[in-house]
Amino acid sequence: MRAIDRDEVQRLLTCGAQRVEVLPPAEYEEEHLPGAISIPLKALDRETTGQLERGQPVIVYCYDDV
Amino acid sequence: MSPRAAWRLESLGFTEVYDYSGGKANWGAFGLPLEGTIGARAGEHVRTDVPTCSLDERLQEVRAHVRASHWDTCLVVNEKRVVLGRLGRRALAREDDVTVEEAMSSGPSTVRPNVTVEAMLERMRRQNLSNIVVTRLDGVLVGLLRHEDAERLLASAAVLPPAANGDTVEA
Repeated sequence: MRAIDRDEVQRLLTCGAQRVEVLPPAEYEEEHLPGAISIPLKALDRETTGQLERGQPVIVYCYDDV
Repeated sequence: MSPRAAWRLESLGFTEVYDYSGGKANWGAFGLPLEGTIGARAGEHVRTDVPTCSLDERLQEVRAHVRASHWDTCLVVNEKRVVLGRLGRRALAREDDVTVEEAMSSGPSTVRPNVTVEAMLERMRRQNLSNIVVTRLDGVLVGLLRHEDAERLLASAAVLPPAANGDTVEA
């Protein structure tokens, strides 16, 4: 796992990185990064991550770093 | 929260996992597009033709340029378009021949482009502001959100979330 900044996110998006918002669904509904999927932290398990491509990079994010 | 999620993904066998620690607050504060139901954001409805000038220009020349463009304000920016100051009506009306730096108000209040138009309108009403400067998190100018534009938007009930690939501000 590595922490990255916005520039690196944008670079990874051009390489097909997947985006996962880990906030509760209501916050995801309000706003999320384009193309992101919602898997709340509490629901992160083998089953819910089954929709992700294991061979591709995955970027997780929440609201901010506070 | 997201570092824990990233480590959890690694524990589930994912090998290339990144934590965008700035999160969607950082993304939106740079004027990058977001999807969702939250409504129109300031950065999507700014006027980008607001006049700008640099610190070392002469006020008299700037005034002529500002008046010709039918504005009554001018933002003072550096070569990276970072907002350093503002010339308002009173400064622009000065008769003496001074530099922009001498005439400007330093460090005007600014908001980020991901703040909703609704929240900005409420603030402009409360503080009796005719407009508000929108800058990215790094201080770079996005544009000027005018009170009348925000009023018109809300009145026309046009404050709907933009389409997925809609009219968003490039950073």
